[in-house]
Amino acid sequence: MSEHRSERQRARSGASPESTGVDDVLVIGGRKIASRLVMGTGGAANLAVLERALVASETALTTVAMRRVDAGGGPGVLELLRRLGIEVLPNTAGCRTAAEAVLTARLAREALDTDLVKLEVIADERTLLPDPIELLEAAEQLVADGFTVLPYTNDDPVLARKLEQAGCAAVMPLGSPIGTGLGIRNPHNIAMIVEAAGVPVVLDAGIGTASEAAQAMELGCDAVLLATAVTRAADPERMAHAMRLGVAAGRAARLAGRIPRRYWAQASSPALDES
Amino acid sequence: MRIRVNGESRSFDDGTTVAEVITALGAPKSGVAVAVDGEVVPRADWPLLRLTQGATVEVLTAVQGG
Repeated sequence: MSEHRSERQRARSGASPESTGVDDVLVIGGRKIASRLVMGTGGAANLAVLERALVASETALTTVAMRRVDAGGGPGVLELLRRLGIEVLPNTAGCRTAAEAVLTARLAREALDTDLVKLEVIADERTLLPDPIELLEAAEQLVADGFTVLPYTNDDPVLARKLEQAGCAAVMPLGSPIGTGLGIRNPHNIAMIVEAAGVPVVLDAGIGTASEAAQAMELGCDAVLLATAVTRAADPERMAHAMRLGVAAGRAARLAGRIPRRYWAQASSPALDES
Repeated sequence: MRIRVNGESRSFDDGTTVAEVITALGAPKSGVAVAVDGEVVPRADWPLLRLTQGATVEVLTAVQGG
């Protein structure tokens, strides 16, 4: 955690040579994650399209959902992730209560042999916004049960802080509601979450295009999680490539330290009477 | 006896184990987890745990999502 803070301090104070190269690795819950682009698998037309998109994204961590085996499931997506060497991040999508989410996480751990969980507790189908009360309750139970908990949360700095205090390994605030592609509706809230966090911040949900992924990283997020923007793009493979570049560009810009905004112009060429 | 498997009431012989239900479902052996009456049953217990009348069994696997 202290390592993470010092990394953020460096980012704030400007570029540092080691942080722009191969050592700039995301660490969540003690795990090194080789890419700052976390992918979802929902919405892809078929596994072949998904495979091309995942390869183009160069992701190292990708979500799956847990469903009844007779509901059109099967090991297809798991086999694909294993073959591509991508770590599986099970989610609790569809859960509406802490109890449902905790049971789903436990089933995922048993099925997939991982203690990672993307914790989702959704309040209603219309907004798919997280239910903050059930979310925090589920997070506390899963942390106590030994999970590495990555909660999908509202863009609320107070809730993010409480999730971190509960022992979550990261916080994953939304940019805008799931699947909307509305980008980051409250960049200031994301910046406040980043400023206060001692765990990685993953911008999760709402990204529509590459500039928004870059914006998330420029705001100081440690990673971006997206699915729909790629899987439902006209050309998922090309959009996955664009997202990879967007995340990389935003990360580099964050570490480089942007110039302050000025009200008036500042000449970038010397004046005519200077030599 | 009747037990509820993934939301559907089904008939099984008395003393049927969790492992036998999974086989009957045609579920893959890996990447699957089972809960009986809301509690996860570890894989090692599948051949040992005998189900009783009215039990609720959920068999889950990973699918595309998120």
